[in-house]
Amino acid sequence: MATIGAVATAPLRAGRAGERSGTSIGFLVALWAALAFALVCLATLLVTAFIDGYPRLDGALFTRYSSRVIPETAGARAAILGSMMVIVTTALMAIPLGVAAAVYLEEFADPRRWFNKLIEVNLQNLAAVPAIVYGMLTAGFALTVGLPRRVVLSGAIALALLILPVIIITTREALRSVPAEIRQGSLALGATPLQTVWRQTLPSALPGVATGTILALSRALGEAAPLLLLGGLVFVTYDPNGLMSGFTTLPIQIFSWTGQPQVEFRQVASAAIIVLLGLLLVMNALAIVIRNRYQRHW
Amino acid sequence: MSGEVVIDGSSTVEPLSSAAGELFKEEQPGVNVSVGTSGTGGGFEKFCQGATDISDASRPIAEDEVEACKKAGVDYSELRVATDALTVVTSADNEFLNCLTTDELATLWGPDAEGKVTTWDQVNPDFPNENIELYGPGTDSGTFDYFTDEINGEEGASRSDYNASEDDNVIVQGVSGSANALGYFGYTYFEENGDALKAIEIDSGDGCVAPSAETAQDGSYTPLARPLFIYPSKEAVEKKEHVAAFIDFYAENSSEIAEVAQYIPLNDEQTTELQDQAGQLTGN
Amino acid sequence: MSTLTAGGGSSSGTGPRRGNSSIDGPSIQRQSARYGERLVMGFLISSAGLSVIVTVGIVVALLVPALEFFREVSVWDFLFGTRWAPTFANSDFGVLPLITGTFWTTVIGLALAVPVGLGTAVYLAEYARPRVRKTFKPALEVLAGIPSVVYGYFALAFVAPVVLNNLLSLEVGTYSVLAAGLVLGIMIIPTIASLSEDALTAVPQDLRQGSLALGANRMRTTLRVVFPAAISGIAASIVLGLSRAVGETMIVALAAGTQARMVDSPTSNGQTMTGFIAQTATGESTPGTLTYNTLFAVGLLLFVITLIINIISIRLVQRFREAY
Repeated sequence: MATIGAVATAPLRAGRAGERSGTSIGFLVALWAALAFALVCLATLLVTAFIDGYPRLDGALFTRYSSRVIPETAGARAAILGSMMVIVTTALMAIPLGVAAAVYLEEFADPRRWFNKLIEVNLQNLAAVPAIVYGMLTAGFALTVGLPRRVVLSGAIALALLILPVIIITTREALRSVPAEIRQGSLALGATPLQTVWRQTLPSALPGVATGTILALSRALGEAAPLLLLGGLVFVTYDPNGLMSGFTTLPIQIFSWTGQPQVEFRQVASAAIIVLLGLLLVMNALAIVIRNRYQRHW
Repeated sequence: MSGEVVIDGSSTVEPLSSAAGELFKEEQPGVNVSVGTSGTGGGFEKFCQGATDISDASRPIAEDEVEACKKAGVDYSELRVATDALTVVTSADNEFLNCLTTDELATLWGPDAEGKVTTWDQVNPDFPNENIELYGPGTDSGTFDYFTDEINGEEGASRSDYNASEDDNVIVQGVSGSANALGYFGYTYFEENGDALKAIEIDSGDGCVAPSAETAQDGSYTPLARPLFIYPSKEAVEKKEHVAAFIDFYAENSSEIAEVAQYIPLNDEQTTELQDQAGQLTGN
Repeated sequence: MSTLTAGGGSSSGTGPRRGNSSIDGPSIQRQSARYGERLVMGFLISSAGLSVIVTVGIVVALLVPALEFFREVSVWDFLFGTRWAPTFANSDFGVLPLITGTFWTTVIGLALAVPVGLGTAVYLAEYARPRVRKTFKPALEVLAGIPSVVYGYFALAFVAPVVLNNLLSLEVGTYSVLAAGLVLGIMIIPTIASLSEDALTAVPQDLRQGSLALGANRMRTTLRVVFPAAISGIAASIVLGLSRAVGETMIVALAAGTQARMVDSPTSNGQTMTGFIAQTATGESTPGTLTYNTLFAVGLLLFVITLIINIISIRLVQRFREAY
């Protein structure tokens, strides 16, 4: 365990004098500088994006498609709709699977058995695997199964696999925070463990689960690497029309526009960034509101 | 009319097909034209597997690609839709690169230059002793094939230590950011970014010639003036009426499309030939 | 609350078992409850097993094309060759240039993120008043939530031209490992800061109080007592930041460059492993070709490297959690 550092052989500066010594103040200034630096970076990023993109926050951004030849009115309509479609599909796949896995691991699995220990370690690993590897996994899977790679369903599968470990881990923590008394009371009244989970534990843990899920989905919203691997940069100028339709998403569109040197594309890229950050802000605010208002403190 | 037209291939031809797709959409809003940029070689691979309706190409189809298409039963037409003046560029901040002979270009880009020709004075003793920064298309690009064929004498023969990208925008950004950089790509990418870039005049023995619509059309910009093609699949044209309509549109409006995409339009003779061929293909 | 159901079998698992109720309901209900529960339990177990399947899937999906690749290129040439030119006529498949690219961007990123992240963490954990903490912690979370493609845009559109070329007067081109590395560092500041802060706040107050009682000032207490006590958690945060930096794609794809060279200076451009994967994948990538297999060979290498880093990080986190 930790030990108190060796008592210095030189006399320590005691009391308030100790706090005023040159090195102490220097240290504090260094710490402030670190915090200030982080904040300045954040501020600069947001301000540059905002200044560059503000002129293009117009209706065209939302209603028109990307243009190769008229960048002044290029729009992110295909990207916005694509993002929404992909995220909804991802949620429909990842949430049930993630919650189910977490329920099993937390409520039913014996933590001493090797099989369950393996799953634990495995989950922690998967949560840190680079996003692009999930794209490669889905590409391989799609190839084996005969699924086309450049479609909404494949993209959603890649993202669902990406956020599944995160959902499982956060759901488990939410379930863990529900006190044992709730479960015991339910069981004492004659419910099966499964009924207990479904009717008592899970509803009690719901705010935590919702928060974790929304944060995971907001991460999926911002991911581009796995989708790039699946679909390449096809210039998409139509609304996605189904699970097997070609698509693009906001991050991919931003990536594509950023790569183009003309000023107009930089502008519309920043405008799209503002839209993306706005969406993420809304999702995160929602998660925080849920956490603050509905979180039960036992 | 509605449907999807799937195009893939050369990043040089992509602006043309994208422009055509956008203009066509104004007439037929139900038709979605999607244009990929896997490179001329990559495009043909997909085309000969039947995965695309039209292949964009900045060089004629190669023999092995002809074989592959034959084997797969993919029949096609070759339509020349515009002319390109392949442009060699440097940054607008550069002062010493104004004209290069084809020999100097070969010294710069040949496979033997790899690791050895690293400063500008090795290309021409009058140039300063500054590090060379090179940007160019990757090996899937028709532009790469064409350039290496004309300049280095053999298609595919090139040094490999340069910033290679199928995305010409990467080349634009790279070259414009460094005063000692040089790159090459299709004419439109120079036109679109004229403020940040400087086109280098090419001397193939008859003096320095700058790339432009005139010099490309009258043949004085050699050897880097070249035709740009699209290869529509016969099956796609016959089975999908929106693809046929798109080909007709492309052929009839080739000049306007070339101008919108900032390429060099065909001259009258070439335009008539295009329209005839398209007419034969689509039966209109 | 729950309904009274028939006595009889509860579902599997080691949770507290429901005793046999003396109230006996109709046997049909008993049967269907058991059957339905079995189905649901089956679903739960398979969902949990899915995670193992995913890992196996990743390994298989990477190994199969990679093994194809290694049939044509020897492992030695791959791992130790210094020329990466997979698509050219005289091709070479030495991956070291990509590794130097990843190395430089990662080192630059950590050089930025570790001092700033730790400094922020120490400040928030040891010095800041609760109100200050409450205001600034969300700011860190915002930084953490920004998508990497936005950081990539920032690197290309701002850091490279404005910061590096104008403000610092370095002569860098549009693409450089420095621009990409710096922004990579900014991206992982929150990872290091929040995990380190958790580690620091987990150190019990007694340790601090003991140190202060002996006459040390806050700086000494922090540096000599709290910091060493939290070292596992702090180390875990740095290792996690390292893992994220190695695996990051969008920033380097946009800002680091596309020439796979043996990077030897921060101002030069270069290509990372992830950058190569992104570039090749967005080009032509037909399954079965050597190019496709090369992509997966590099992907496998990336996965193995991050796996090793992650295992180290998990061990450190376990030690940190056990300590308190």
